[in-house]
Amino acid sequence: MGMTMTEKILARHAGLDTVVPGQLVKCRVDLVLANDITGAPAIVEFDKIGRPVFDRDKIALVPDHFIPNKDIKSAEQAKALRDFAKKHAITHYWEVGRMGIEHVLLPEEGLVAPGELIIGADSHTCTYGALGAFATGVGHTDAGASMATGDTWFKVPSAIKVELTGKPQKWVSGKDVILTLIGMIGVEGARYQALEFTGPGVAALSLADRFTIANMAVEAGAKNGIFPVDIAAENYLAARVTRPYTAVAADPDAVYERTVAIDLGSLVPTVALPHLPENVKPAADLAHIAIDQAVIGSCTNGRLDDLAQAAAIIDGRKIHPDVRAIVIPGTQQIYSEALVRGYIAAFIRAGAVVSTPTCGPCLGGYMGILAAGERAVSTTNRNFRGRMGHADSEVYLASPAVAAASAVAGHIADPREVMK
Amino acid sequence: MILEGKVWRFGDNVDTDVIIPARYLYTADPAHLAAHCMEDIDPAFAGKVQPGDIIVAGRNFGCGSSREHAPVAIKASGVTCIIADGFARIFYRNAINIGLPLVELGPAVAEIKGGDRIRIDLGNGTLENLASGKQYTIQPLPGFIQDIAKAGGLINYVKGEKA
Repeated sequence: MGMTMTEKILARHAGLDTVVPGQLVKCRVDLVLANDITGAPAIVEFDKIGRPVFDRDKIALVPDHFIPNKDIKSAEQAKALRDFAKKHAITHYWEVGRMGIEHVLLPEEGLVAPGELIIGADSHTCTYGALGAFATGVGHTDAGASMATGDTWFKVPSAIKVELTGKPQKWVSGKDVILTLIGMIGVEGARYQALEFTGPGVAALSLADRFTIANMAVEAGAKNGIFPVDIAAENYLAARVTRPYTAVAADPDAVYERTVAIDLGSLVPTVALPHLPENVKPAADLAHIAIDQAVIGSCTNGRLDDLAQAAAIIDGRKIHPDVRAIVIPGTQQIYSEALVRGYIAAFIRAGAVVSTPTCGPCLGGYMGILAAGERAVSTTNRNFRGRMGHADSEVYLASPAVAAASAVAGHIADPREVMK
Repeated sequence: MILEGKVWRFGDNVDTDVIIPARYLYTADPAHLAAHCMEDIDPAFAGKVQPGDIIVAGRNFGCGSSREHAPVAIKASGVTCIIADGFARIFYRNAINIGLPLVELGPAVAEIKGGDRIRIDLGNGTLENLASGKQYTIQPLPGFIQDIAKAGGLINYVKGEKA
């Protein structure tokens, strides 16, 4: 019986020839990730075990959530991460000024390669599936234990095949693909399962699109989302990954629990309404919803392509007088490149604010918290009650193009309407 | 292990952001987290929950963020067990890892109401609703996950392994 990409990676890391869904396996890990919020308690758990780190080159510590430090307590969590990195000579630690949002930063730094197995104490660790890795989020105890043991356990997931065909229209991007998929299968549609993306449509998606799609696999309840490794992925990797890696491909007779087909050409700019990512509607139907804030950034949509889409709409226009627009490049490298390309100047001329990389507003940390009754259009990943601030505020999830168009219009807007 | 307590009832898709909002994640101190547990969906919960109480919820409990602060907050608030139609996977792992028992009961959770008293025998795999008299069979945890639970969590389990 053939295996899926996910099964092959898990089997290889468990030292087995084959695995089947439901099987419990112990796998070695290629990378363990933690951030300032999860790293501090992971270190506490790690210290209880009383062993050295399993491999100082295979632990990535990224202070990004409440960083630059938002208050004294956050500063203490960041310090715990920094002190641990120094004490154990952790190779992959980034200080403010060099750090970025973890799931944008790690692929950029070449720390993710096809066929690898990565766990991170952050649910959006599944982002790395865009490069054909098995990557999934865990809690801080799992992360702390793996920093000592170099392994962890998994239940082998069954898989859903997402068959992509066609080409997206202008102003339709990865965010619209994943929001549409979550709308189709629901927030627990892939619970305990792998989402394996395949089909001729994959070639029509940029790497940025694929990162966005894999990033939100967890919003459908999935354990991981994974893409095949094609020429575009190899090109992305060539400039970044120097160590050898072995990509896997699904067997032709791999068994999937079901197949979901999406024609990329049929997709429109899409928005997820409060308070679940599955509540999707076309942006064009939501022009009656006025907004107070627009956030463009995050591990979901803080990449250069995302800023390019937003800049193309905002350049030469003005942010609506009633809107606070907040743009957050995902890493310093992206920030720097966006400066060179003139995106940052375009945002500032239009009346937007541009921030250093941080997860800040996405999770209601800081840098754009909502008051009761306020509404944000955001390129982030969750619109749960209270996610970005007061329990009575609202978050509408959308692509950078929709967020930019909405920031200009003052209400939720289809980019095609603003660019007419 | 036998657990008996009063039920707090929640619905479907209770996410980890409402279990413990990120605005409180500047520390992982269990008592601090417990003081804000469920604040955004039931502001009265943290003040009224009693040691020994049990949470019963619908589908996909604990979806969203991987923050282990969520099961930590619930455990520190005195809740001894969560029964749900189903759990999101990271939450499930995290609860096992910190020694908070979970029962995946399926759609039968609909028969349990807020304020009911229930009795769970994790050893022989039974659950009884003392209010209605109804009895249910609960599935045992699979394989070595049971060993993690028996060790009281992952750290104790790992410490028991050979390095």
